[in-house]
Amino acid sequence: MSIIAKIEQEQLKSTLPAFNVGDSVKVHTRVIEGEKERIQIFAGIVIARKGRGLNKAFTVRKISNGEGVERVFPLHTPKIAKIEIVRQGKVRRARLHYLRGRLGKEAVTVKERANERASADS
Amino acid sequence: MSIGLIGKKVGMTQVYLKDGSAVAVTVIDVAGNQVVQVKNADKDGYTAVQVGYSDKKENRCSKPELEHFKKHNATAKYVVREFRTEGEAPEAGSALGAEKFADGEYVDVIGTTKGKGFSGVVKRYNFKGQPASHGSMMHRRTGSIGCRLTPGRVWKNQKMPGRHGFDRRTTQNLKVVQSRAEDGVLLIAGAVPGPNGSYVIVRPAIKKQTKK
Repeated sequence: MSIIAKIEQEQLKSTLPAFNVGDSVKVHTRVIEGEKERIQIFAGIVIARKGRGLNKAFTVRKISNGEGVERVFPLHTPKIAKIEIVRQGKVRRARLHYLRGRLGKEAVTVKERANERASADS
Repeated sequence: MSIGLIGKKVGMTQVYLKDGSAVAVTVIDVAGNQVVQVKNADKDGYTAVQVGYSDKKENRCSKPELEHFKKHNATAKYVVREFRTEGEAPEAGSALGAEKFADGEYVDVIGTTKGKGFSGVVKRYNFKGQPASHGSMMHRRTGSIGCRLTPGRVWKNQKMPGRHGFDRRTTQNLKVVQSRAEDGVLLIAGAVPGPNGSYVIVRPAIKKQTKK
């Protein structure tokens, strides 16, 4: 293994939840204010995943005070404490950029994955 | 001046620091540095340390070359460079490595930049060039190179097209992000001159002293 691959391998997170485009997630980010460190949650829909290896990143979109907000997180950054999956979505695209053009309730909903709903019903 | 190391640029990647910020780093392989000769004022007229890097087969050496290495208990190396020193010097034949530089130390990296071949003035000297359209037929041409009767000639050092790149360049005050002695590599913040696989010299920064 080349030394660069080794350096990158060391920094990859071993335990990451499997989430996909369309899922609603809560990203727990570490925020440092002065001396203290606290957790801030950014909740929204994953609208894109990109990159590979250490450069993997994902975009989360939410509507905050009527304004669409998108944030791109590097997947392996130590600033992310935890990624919580709230709901799994069913989508047919790799990038949900069409959500940007939507308003109101439409803008924040993605169909739930069918098998997930079935297991919840039973 | 103190001793530096000779290394090979492996490539670039990124590392996350403790505070979570990502830094672009250049990986420089410095494993297998060895002191080839210690020069002293009595014998050589000045004090310096000769350092070698990159192992070479003995049958690829000329006889005088090989004897020089053998005389000082060193193995044959492709690259040999000298560092002027003052005060105590390490013993000839002793090994040097990444542990010479600690995390957070500042270094200068000397390398040979990528060759660009015969380039025009826009690439070579960052001239602006001329209009692209509206009937302009100048585009990336050199433009005027002087005046008329006075001075009646072109000034010396006038910037004109020519060979660009492949020059020895020093990048100063780069921070050592990680010194990985077990892998024999240094991770240095930022870019260093030259293509991957080229030889570079890493020395303690001359201008910026490391805070202690």
